[in-house]
Amino acid sequence: MTGTLTISAARPRPAGLVARLIRRPSAVVGLALLGLVAGAGLAAPVLYPGDPLDMIGAPLQWPGMDPAFPLGTDMLGRDIAAGITHGARISLMIGAVATLVALVIGVGIGAGAGYYGGRVEAALMRLTELFQTIPPFLFTLAIVAVLQPSIPTIVLAIGLTGWPGLARLVRAEVLRLRDGELVQASIVIGASDARIIGLHILPNVLAPVVVSASILVANAILTESSLAFLGLGDPNVVSWGGMVGAGREVIRTDWFVAAAPGLAIVAAVLALNLLGDGLNDALDLKRALR
Amino acid sequence: MSAETRTGAPVLEVDDLRISFRERAAERAAVHGLGFSVEAGETLAIVGESGCGKSLTAFALLGLLPGNARASGRVRLEGRDILGLEGEAMRRLRGTRIAMIFQEPMTALNPVLTIGAQIVEAIREHEAVSAADARTRTLSLLARVRIPDPERRFGEYPHRLSGGMRQRVVIAMALACAPAVLVADEPTTALDVTVQAEILDLIDDLRRETGMAVVLITHDLGLVAEHADRVLVMYAGRAVEAGSAAALFAAPRHPYTRALVAARPRPGSALRQRLVEIPGQVPPPGAMPPGCAFAPRCPAAEAPCRETPPPLPSVGTAAERVACLRWKDLRAPDQSPVRLGA
Repeated sequence: MTGTLTISAARPRPAGLVARLIRRPSAVVGLALLGLVAGAGLAAPVLYPGDPLDMIGAPLQWPGMDPAFPLGTDMLGRDIAAGITHGARISLMIGAVATLVALVIGVGIGAGAGYYGGRVEAALMRLTELFQTIPPFLFTLAIVAVLQPSIPTIVLAIGLTGWPGLARLVRAEVLRLRDGELVQASIVIGASDARIIGLHILPNVLAPVVVSASILVANAILTESSLAFLGLGDPNVVSWGGMVGAGREVIRTDWFVAAAPGLAIVAAVLALNLLGDGLNDALDLKRALR
Repeated sequence: MSAETRTGAPVLEVDDLRISFRERAAERAAVHGLGFSVEAGETLAIVGESGCGKSLTAFALLGLLPGNARASGRVRLEGRDILGLEGEAMRRLRGTRIAMIFQEPMTALNPVLTIGAQIVEAIREHEAVSAADARTRTLSLLARVRIPDPERRFGEYPHRLSGGMRQRVVIAMALACAPAVLVADEPTTALDVTVQAEILDLIDDLRRETGMAVVLITHDLGLVAEHADRVLVMYAGRAVEAGSAAALFAAPRHPYTRALVAARPRPGSALRQRLVEIPGQVPPPGAMPPGCAFAPRCPAAEAPCRETPPPLPSVGTAAERVACLRWKDLRAPDQSPVRLGA
């Protein structure tokens, strides 16, 4: 038996996050769709410099009837394409900021409860459960209705109702790490609580947090659209949900008025869910290193 | 072994340390009146089988007992009582005056930070130094724990290092602020045999260089013989024998120590020969016999042994102690007369 056995000495360096992400078809589709939506939002002021709520054409023109309005106009003569591109800005912005609010509250409460345990944990988790007992959409609706609909109140309401799941996730992860050797090894060399949480615990719970944040953005977009559909959107800005809501009156004759912004919502939410899925796989370091 | 760095003054003194657990209504004692001291530049090994209270003792030294445990007695670190210190006061001591390393270097390092960043953080936790100074010190620490090419290793993540290298990084972090006492709880149990020797040699060298005291907690008598100056043998939460490592191995006095020494696999013994075992089991904390805890397993136990726990008097020199009523009557396991100290 002759043969050569080659042993490569260098272990291949694990690929970067982006490289691992683009190996997954769902993540690629998600990223592409999200890029499309974000691109539309970014291009909106260039493509449609005017206010998308202005009535600039004849009402209810079907897509293709007038090359100036590729997606047609609604019953007030507003350009649907302009509404969708501008709506992308609003939707993504509200989704991102509301998720940021939820992240700050959820990570803070979850980390505090998980790390300190005892009474702190009991109090924080009871508060979390209290929030979880209220149906989140009704809760959001109530907050917006009380505070008057505007972008800041919508962001605040979505953020305030979005954090409990995140808090529980972070608490569970922190609990797992808190009694682990990494934390113990940091304690015995005198690391402070702040340093242990900030340096050793939170970076190691980042992966599941990033994944659930992408889903939270999708949920925030859906919630904002639902609010706008019910007429609780900011009346001064265009919103996909509001466009669907307006279009439902003419859905039997001119279904495209509701369908076009509806498809935009589907695209954005689907993109974020696919991305979340891909991130979930890509951030699973143990699998990535194998 | 290291007389040149010993100062004679104990840096760590433990006196009548008792640790008990509250379980429902009952108190269960796990460590009963333990006492020992360690001088600067000296290695004390605490030896015993699993569950004898040796790790618990180590945790008590650093104020890391679980919430349902209570400790009493006295622990003096550099002349200062530290048992019962809490919060910020204890945190300031950890890492600067007393530090600890654990069994498992695989999980003791943060996977998302480079090893350099982790050592830098360990320094800056206690000292206000500039980033550049911290980096310089980290590089010299890496060199001192004999990690080759520190400049390159500084920026590497833990998963790129072998177990032995990781344990070196853990040691570098523990020594970052020059503690007076290093508690090493089974520091090499998770490592390959060849790496074990390297790590313990490294700890020996660092002890000689810095004059720190080392408390080595282990169940491996082979390591004790090679790396410890003095030994404390624990059984079921009590010290049963203490003395210099050389004397203890040459002439173990307590029947438990004798059994441990005899049970050690030795080079040269026939391959197929059965290893000697100690019959019976350690009594659980709730079911301690009234007398000597080892009496139920002891071949030499007599009626008085079963009545009251034996004291731990000095025998021979002051540092040699044995908690056995019958040690003078006993002969070595091989039936040759026991060579006594003094």
